[in-house]
Amino acid sequence: MGFLDRFLKTPSWGVHPEDHKRPAADVALRIFPTPERIFMPLNQHVGGMARPIVMVGQKVLKGQLIAEAQGNISAPIHASASGTISAIGEVTAPHPSGLPFKAITIDSDGADRWIDTDPLVDPFSAAPEEITKRTAAAGVVGLGGATFPAAPKFALGKRLKVKTLIVNGGECEPYLSSDDRVMRDFPEMVIDGARLVMHAIGATEALVGIEDNKPEAIAAMRKAAAAFPEVKIRPLPALYPMGSDRQLIKVLTGIEVPSDARAAETGVLVHNVSTCAAVHKAIRLGQPLVERIITINGGAIANPGNLFAPLGTMIGDLFAFVGLKEAPSRLILGGPMMGTPLLHDRIPIVKGASGILAFNAVEAHVPDAGPCIRCGSCTKACPMGLLPLEMAARIKVGDLEGAEAYALQDCISCGCCAYVCPSHIPLVQYFSHAKGELTAAERTKLRTDATKRLAEAKAARIERENREKAEAAARRKAEREAAKAAAATPATTEKQGVSA
Amino acid sequence: MLMSVGSLAAMGLALGSVLGVASRYLAVEENPIEAELQAMLPGSQCGQCGYVGCAQAAAALAKGEAPVTLCPPGGKATAEALAAKLGVKVDLSKVSDSGPQIAEVTEEICIGCCRCMKVCPTDAIIGAAKQIHNVIREACTGCSSCVDVCPTEALGMMPIPVTLQHWTWPKPASAHN
Amino acid sequence: MKEFALMMIGAALVNNVILARFLGLCSFMGVTTRVDTAAGMGLATTFVITVSSMADWAVQTYLLDAYGLGFLRTVTFILIIASAVQFTEMTIKKVSPTLFQMLGIYLPLITTNCAVLGVALLLVEGRMGFLSATMFAFASSVGYSLVMIIFAGLRERLVLADVPRLFAGPPIAFIVAGMLAMAFMGFSGIATS
Repeated sequence: MGFLDRFLKTPSWGVHPEDHKRPAADVALRIFPTPERIFMPLNQHVGGMARPIVMVGQKVLKGQLIAEAQGNISAPIHASASGTISAIGEVTAPHPSGLPFKAITIDSDGADRWIDTDPLVDPFSAAPEEITKRTAAAGVVGLGGATFPAAPKFALGKRLKVKTLIVNGGECEPYLSSDDRVMRDFPEMVIDGARLVMHAIGATEALVGIEDNKPEAIAAMRKAAAAFPEVKIRPLPALYPMGSDRQLIKVLTGIEVPSDARAAETGVLVHNVSTCAAVHKAIRLGQPLVERIITINGGAIANPGNLFAPLGTMIGDLFAFVGLKEAPSRLILGGPMMGTPLLHDRIPIVKGASGILAFNAVEAHVPDAGPCIRCGSCTKACPMGLLPLEMAARIKVGDLEGAEAYALQDCISCGCCAYVCPSHIPLVQYFSHAKGELTAAERTKLRTDATKRLAEAKAARIERENREKAEAAARRKAEREAAKAAAATPATTEKQGVSA
Repeated sequence: MLMSVGSLAAMGLALGSVLGVASRYLAVEENPIEAELQAMLPGSQCGQCGYVGCAQAAAALAKGEAPVTLCPPGGKATAEALAAKLGVKVDLSKVSDSGPQIAEVTEEICIGCCRCMKVCPTDAIIGAAKQIHNVIREACTGCSSCVDVCPTEALGMMPIPVTLQHWTWPKPASAHN
Repeated sequence: MKEFALMMIGAALVNNVILARFLGLCSFMGVTTRVDTAAGMGLATTFVITVSSMADWAVQTYLLDAYGLGFLRTVTFILIIASAVQFTEMTIKKVSPTLFQMLGIYLPLITTNCAVLGVALLLVEGRMGFLSATMFAFASSVGYSLVMIIFAGLRERLVLADVPRLFAGPPIAFIVAGMLAMAFMGFSGIATS
């Protein structure tokens, strides 16, 4: 994001990866039938884990609340199929570690019976807080991948008097087309959802940014938005990572969000198109977030395309539906640039799962890393204007503070640097490693401080106890002496026995 | 001869008295680094380093009598911080850092004697007489004082379990080292 | 004035204490792992060299030369240098305990740093006046600090480089020091001292 960007139409940062979106993006949306068994993870969002409120054996309907939000930043979980709760146990998380996390298992009865919904009839005459409340109750989170609960973001936008809502239809990751499909198939939902969000935060305009490699989506959205002049469709140059909020804000409004500030503080708020559609469903139809459109793509897939699937479906079940040409060499949740590598396909899809990629051996091939030749390609590609080569060199020798001094914390892990690196250095993994280690060190420090407080509390307790003991002993002694003195008068002998 | 001895002696005297005066004005009352070092130690006074408490350990560190790797509960992170503060180099690969650990009660053999509760520096063990005790994971510092006093070996140390929140990406393996 | 400038450039760059005269090599290799340590060492040494050279010049002129005690030169110089170092050490300990810890053993070793005694002996041999002797000492120690800081900067980058394991650590540092000395040879000819 250099000085020259002010004069150039196309930003100087970013990369142009082969997008591989078609033919999957052009295949009509298919509806995935509810599978026999669904695993609803309790932590599908950033923030506190939801607390289960159902019991094993209980019958639930589709859309019924099964786990409620816990803490300020959290989201409730609803059943994505009607059936019986068969277990509250653990399932492998969609996470590179392959560690398990808690999930509620629902055995579907195949009927897909919805719970009675309670739509808001005239949302625009309702209080903005009502929209926020209902969005929170529907468990809507950011569907672009960050999975930050939508409602606290609305409240923040309202509090900071945000005037511009940016609707993110960038979807710059290669292979993915779920947002594209939402915009092509349900443009009215997206536009209405965007207007609801505007109402909730009190914004006066909405800018819908769509990359120009999705002409069908732009046309459909333009048609749907024609009646609403406050919603403006803005085609963007196809450039990765255009879908990242800071970059999108810069291109659409010219505002550069400072490193230490949130986007809302500069007067804009970004929401994904799928999130807007989910808000529409939550308000107009009263439906909680229990299903989403997900892209299944990659060389190992026989019929790639987009599926409308209930959350909690095992990835393996989705593969069985679309068919596999060969055993996938690599599985990725999300896009190839920023996605999460998965160890196997017995993992449920979550709210933030925009796509599942099954790569064949050719696509999955990662060349061996060579030495850094200091060509500087990574610095040119970095959308945050960082120096990836300097940071990686320091992390390599274990100098994490040195890397931090080069603004490691501003890295958005977009992967542009690793993509352009002629030596194929796994730069993002270096940064992820360093960020994790620095967070761990921070945690250790907090722990040490907590220990200190606990140790002091114990010392204070011991001191207090000793003092109380000493006081009690002194009191008893005084009483004994008083009793002894009283013993001279035989009338109080009985009382002495009681006090001793 | 007399001249040379005399001049050297005079110079020695003059310079000595200058230094003597200087040492009075530039005297460092207390090693100020000691307080900073003490702040970096966990402060649980567990005594695993061999000193009575963290203040004594900090004093030994400031004097250079103790290695920066002296604090087992602090682990690698503390050793690194101390080394940076003291400006010494330390080979952390040799630090027997089994990772942060916490105590755990094997409930089948706990007899509820309350001894561990008394020695715990952070009150991380809960329980009552003849009741099974338990360790509050968040409060345990992994000092292992309780393990030493347990009469039935019901207490043991185990590494802090890795959770999704605690997992970090490994450092990429490099072919060019 | 011009002679002064030439003499100072000559002392600092052309006849650099470390790279041309090869004095003070133990601190050159010892405390150049980090720029701030090297800068601290450079400052301390600059102070010691300048102050002790002034004292040495006075002692040489008014005591040793005046009474024909030239044979006591080394002993008296060491005495003065040791006192100056002691004084510097006390000051640093008071002002910056961290720098004191980082310099460690090298701080008292300024006493035996041959650059300090070397500069003192050089200006006695050069038969300079008081002002030019002080300027010479100061310029020499600035040259010393400059090379220390440059070399520390190089070594900070060297840590990040892919060095073959055989050369890692001091060997590559010596090779780089050699290159730096060659680079400084480029200064010869711009001034003579």
